[in-house]
Amino acid sequence: MIRAGLVGLGKMGISHCAILNAHPNVELVAVCDSAQYVLGVLNKYTGVRTYGDFRRMIDEVALDCVVVATPSRTHADVVQYALERDLDVFCEKPFVLDPLDGERLVELARGRGRVTQVGYHYRFVGAFREARRLLEAGALGRVHHLRAEAYGPVVLRPRGSTWRSARAEGGGCLYDYASHAIDLVNFLVGPPIAVSGATLAKVFSRDVEDEVYATLRFGDGSSGQLAANWSDESYRRMTTRVSVWGTNGRVNVDRQECQISLRERVDGLPDLGPGWTVRYTTELTAPVGYYLRGEEYSAQIDHFVQAVAQRRTEHPYSFACALETDRVVQMILRDAESARAAPAAPPAGRPARRRGLLDSIRRVLSH
Amino acid sequence: MDRVLFGDNQFFGINHMSDEKARAQAMRFQDTRAILEVLEAAYEEGVRVFMCTTHERVADVCDHFRSNAARFPGFEFYPCMPYAHKYADAVTEHGVLEALRQFLPADGALGALMRGGLSAAKKDIDGIARLLIDAEMKMFAGLRTPVIFLQNVVSDLLLGLGFKDAFRVFADHVRLKYDAEPGFITMNLPLMVETLREVGLENPIICSNINRIGFRMCGGIAAYEALLRENRFRAIAMSVFASGAIPPRDAIEYVCGLPGVQSIVFGASSRANIRETRRLIRACWGDAAVPAVVGSSRQAGAGPA
Repeated sequence: MIRAGLVGLGKMGISHCAILNAHPNVELVAVCDSAQYVLGVLNKYTGVRTYGDFRRMIDEVALDCVVVATPSRTHADVVQYALERDLDVFCEKPFVLDPLDGERLVELARGRGRVTQVGYHYRFVGAFREARRLLEAGALGRVHHLRAEAYGPVVLRPRGSTWRSARAEGGGCLYDYASHAIDLVNFLVGPPIAVSGATLAKVFSRDVEDEVYATLRFGDGSSGQLAANWSDESYRRMTTRVSVWGTNGRVNVDRQECQISLRERVDGLPDLGPGWTVRYTTELTAPVGYYLRGEEYSAQIDHFVQAVAQRRTEHPYSFACALETDRVVQMILRDAESARAAPAAPPAGRPARRRGLLDSIRRVLSH
Repeated sequence: MDRVLFGDNQFFGINHMSDEKARAQAMRFQDTRAILEVLEAAYEEGVRVFMCTTHERVADVCDHFRSNAARFPGFEFYPCMPYAHKYADAVTEHGVLEALRQFLPADGALGALMRGGLSAAKKDIDGIARLLIDAEMKMFAGLRTPVIFLQNVVSDLLLGLGFKDAFRVFADHVRLKYDAEPGFITMNLPLMVETLREVGLENPIICSNINRIGFRMCGGIAAYEALLRENRFRAIAMSVFASGAIPPRDAIEYVCGLPGVQSIVFGASSRANIRETRRLIRACWGDAAVPAVVGSSRQAGAGPA
C-alpha cells in the first residue's frame, strides 16, 4: 500500500482525490488546501487528515508520495519541498513556469532516486498512443510537417478572477491549452528545436493570452504549426488534435479516433493497408479500475502508482519529459516578446503587433 | 419503469466515437424544433420516457410537453442531474464558492456557509445538496418525473471520494419532495452496487454501460454479468451499441439476453432508427414488455433522416 498526500483541491485536485482514494494500492492519508470549507467537507465525509500548509502535512504525516495540483506558479516550491524529504511526486501540468526550476528539480529527483510524473493525461489516451505506435513503426515514412491544435470554451467573456486569468500565476491559454498540444508533439515526434512566428493574442482576457499560434522547427528539417484557442465556444469541451504528414501518408488523431492514410504498406504493420484505416476509442481504450471523466486520468495515476512500487524512475511521463514541454513554452514566450519589441519594420515572416496612434484609435472605436 | 427509454446524448453533440459525428449532430439539433420532431416521432413509435440531462435546452423541451400535454398522454421525463459542464465551467472560471453562489438562491444556506467557514460547511452541505437538486428540477415543474437520476460525473466522483452518505441524501430528497424513485448513473457498476448496499438503499435503480465489448464497464464485463445474475438492483443498460462499435442486432441480443436488465436507454436521430431499435428489443423481450404500436399512420423513414 502506497501512502499518498494531495496538495491542492481545485478541479484537478478533487478529481485526483477521488482517483487516488479509489485505487486499491493507495491509501490517501492527507490532503492540503487553503480553502477551509473544502477541507471541512472532505474531512467530514471521508475522515482524511486535512492541512492548510503543505509543509506541515509533509513533515507530520508519514507519506510515500505527494500529488501536487496547486496553481502552476507554486509547483516548483511544493515539488522541491517534497523531493528534499525523499517523496515521490506526481505534479499537475504544466510542470514549472521557469525551465531553470525544472532543470534543478529534475536533477534533485535524479540524485535522490525519486519517481516523478507530470499530468499530461493526453499521453494516456488510447488514440494518441496508437498514433505514437504507428509513428514509431515508421508508418508515415519521413515526417515533414505536423499541425497540433487545442480548442475549447474556457474564457468566453471579459471577466474571470481565478489564477487562470493571471499571467504570473501560470494562467493563460499557453500554459493551460497550448501546453497539451506541445506535449503531444513531443510525445509523437519529439520536441522542436526552434520556434518562430509566435503570436500570443487576447480575445477577452485582460492579463493573459486567449490564443496561441507558432511555427515549430525540428532537428530533421521538418516543420509544424501550433494553434490553440481557449475562447472557442463552438467546442463543448477541450478538443486536442494532431495531424502529421509524411512521405508515405498522413495521420489525424484526436481523443476519439486515430485515422491514418497510407500510400503503401509498411513492414511491421500488417494490419494497415493502403488508403484509410480508422480506429476508434472504443477499441483503443484499455480498461481502468475506476472511471471518472475519462480513462486517461485513472491510467496516469495507475502508472505513477506502479512506477512508485517498482521504483521506475525513467519513463515517458517523467519530470524530464515535461521539462521539454516547458522549454518549448519558453521558446514561444521569448519569440512572442522579441516580436513585440521589434522595430516598426519587422523581419519577414514575423509581423509585429500594431502599436501607437493607429492602435489607440482602434481601441477607442472598439469600445 | 418502462423497458425502452429514449436518451439525449445525440441532441447535445455527445458521441463517444467521433468528434466529427458529434459536431454534425450538434449542428442538426441546434434548433430545438429538430429535437422536438425526433421526440414526437419517438412518442409515435411507442416510446414513453425521455431520459435527459438538465441541459438548459431541455427546459425548452419541457415547455413544449407542458403546453401540449394533451397530445402526449403518458409521456414521462427521467431527469439526470446535474448537467455537469455548467458547474465545471463555473468552478474553473470563478472557483468553488462563487460557482455555488451562482447556482443557489441568494439567501439561506450558502450565506451561512460563507460566514461560518469550516463548521458551517459541515452542517450545511446536505442542505446545499437539496437546494441544488431543487434548482435542477425547476424546469420539470408540472411534468411527470417518476425517476430522477444522479449523473455519472457526480455519482462517480462521490464514489471515488467515498462520500457515501450523499447517495442517501439524494435518495431521501428525491423521494420526499418529488415522490420519485432515485436512480444512479455510473461507469463503475460494481463499486456503485456495493456502496448503495452499504448505505442501505435496497433494490436501487442503476444505469450503467452494458455492451458486448465491455466498453467503459469498469471492473470488467464478467463482474457486471455476475452482478446482474444476483438480481439485487434494477439495471438500466446504456451505451449498448458502444457508440456504433457493435452492429445493432448483436448489441441488442446480447443485452436483452442478460438476466436482470430491466430497461434499455438508447439515443437515435431518426424515426427509422427508433423504430428499428424498438423492434429489435421487442423481438427479444416480447410484446408484453414492449407493446406493439397501434395507430401510427406514419411510415418508417418519414421522419427526419
